[in-house]
Amino acid sequence: MNDLAKSARVVRALGARSIRQTFRRPQLLAPIVVFPTLLLAIQTGGAGASIELPGFPPVQSFLQFMLAGSMMQSMMLAGNSGGIAFAVDIEMGFTDRLFAAPIPRFAIVLGRLAGTAALGLFASLWFLAIGLIFGAHIEGGVPGALLAILLVTASALAVGGIGAAIALRTGSASVVQGLFPLVLVVLFLSSAFFPQELMIEPAKTIAQYNPLSFIVEGVREPIISGIDATQTLEAVAAIAGIVVLGLVLSSRALKHRLRVG
Amino acid sequence: MPAIEVEGLERAFGEVLAVQGIDLTVAEGEIYGFLGPNGAGKTTTVRMLTTLLLPSGGRASVAGHDVVADARQVRASIGVALQEAALDPLMTGRELIRLQATLQGLPPAAGRERADALLERVDLAAVADRRVGGYSGGMKRRLDLAAALVHEPSVLFLDEPTTGLDPVSRKTIWEEVRALNDDGTTVFLTTQYLEEADQLADSVGIIDSGRIVAEGTPESLKDEIGDPHVELLIGEGEVAEAERVCAEIGRLLPPKDGKRVLVEVENGAADIPRVVRALDEAGIAVESLELVRPTLDDVFVDKTGHHLEKEESEDGGEPVPA
Repeated sequence: MNDLAKSARVVRALGARSIRQTFRRPQLLAPIVVFPTLLLAIQTGGAGASIELPGFPPVQSFLQFMLAGSMMQSMMLAGNSGGIAFAVDIEMGFTDRLFAAPIPRFAIVLGRLAGTAALGLFASLWFLAIGLIFGAHIEGGVPGALLAILLVTASALAVGGIGAAIALRTGSASVVQGLFPLVLVVLFLSSAFFPQELMIEPAKTIAQYNPLSFIVEGVREPIISGIDATQTLEAVAAIAGIVVLGLVLSSRALKHRLRVG
Repeated sequence: MPAIEVEGLERAFGEVLAVQGIDLTVAEGEIYGFLGPNGAGKTTTVRMLTTLLLPSGGRASVAGHDVVADARQVRASIGVALQEAALDPLMTGRELIRLQATLQGLPPAAGRERADALLERVDLAAVADRRVGGYSGGMKRRLDLAAALVHEPSVLFLDEPTTGLDPVSRKTIWEEVRALNDDGTTVFLTTQYLEEADQLADSVGIIDSGRIVAEGTPESLKDEIGDPHVELLIGEGEVAEAERVCAEIGRLLPPKDGKRVLVEVENGAADIPRVVRALDEAGIAVESLELVRPTLDDVFVDKTGHHLEKEESEDGGEPVPA
């Protein structure tokens, strides 16, 4: 078996472990599924009439509009949970077991990210299913749904990279957990839960440049109107930027961890 | 070729030099006991030898590979069971061993087969599908040991494998370590237990404050300290006379109390009949008699000026990286 095939097996095995870990530890699963679902239910029930506001993009329902935001929230929290789980592994010495194995050490980070990406996939499927069950249309049809799933999955991988980097740099689950409010700030200062056009300053400008807004719009567009090449490309570019940032930070943090032991 | 060769190995954490230029050699097929109190530098040394930590200076090779330049070859040759059994409590024992087999590059079918065989070997087959979080301390240690053996390593590092275990679990681990060594595995064992080093190790290195203060077989180290002595509990009023008789046989040691006579004997157990005969001829009643050999703690005291096991009750620990 060559090196690449071995590394791929390791990434798959560690990804599978990461998913099992999430489903076996309710405190890791709750932020990914329960909180965003509750928020979706509350917002859809309470602010459903906001789609009538002048300037609100044309949508079939507030639920249809909110699906992308819920997926983003779930994906961001999956990235945060992935970082917490990685930090727990460092704290309890489990990563030493992995670092002592004859594999490229970055495969260990990629294994964790594969698990986070799988949770992103799960989040997108979960909210698409909820949307469909409660009557939301996916205007882009099957290709639109697939595009949304792909973008959310890739975003989870990207955000997971940042979580992994912080976990590796600090080795502390409580530090990564402490980022939870920041995740919410980044979410609320994007177009995840409200159209940019209806925001007031300075939130409007921040949301305009928040990379998450580009990803949200890339996911939302195939749901509320159909696939749009420009918005898809902007979302892909934003994801690629976060992926590169996450990988660079993770790689540097990994080197730091190996240096300090 | 030695299994482990270390020259001038150093590791600093900021201003603190945790390991200060140690040299050691471990022959193939040997059990090497690395003995020292908390904070002495044992774990830091093991982490450097297992490629988990870069040395600040010096060099080391394991299984013929340099720990810095050929780190991956080192990792392919070694098994590692680290302090406090770093196991995921949410995984089952079987999942953990299979993951370890994947990490070591075993094909899936071979990994499954090996996992089953190892779980059987460490007597965990019946609980293999239970989550590790529900295992006892001894079971966790056995699982950790099994995981370290999945790829049949030539050198096995065990970092305080029995710390915190009850005597029965400790003995089980010892038996397993001996069996592995009988199969040809070189074992590098760190411990803070004198008895463990004495029972298991072919050679012992004693480390204190980051420096190796003594090295050799347990017997040779104890022999350096001096001859064994006979400790005699003597009937009331006869101690002075017993001391006079014993002084003709060997050097008298400072008495522990007013009832005992301690006499150093050059030939160990072979001198006991001589002592008993001399006391009997002098009409002195001996209530009890014990041959006391120097212990590794005596060696430790001789080399460092303080006891090893006494210190273990105090909280210690090696420098923590920033």
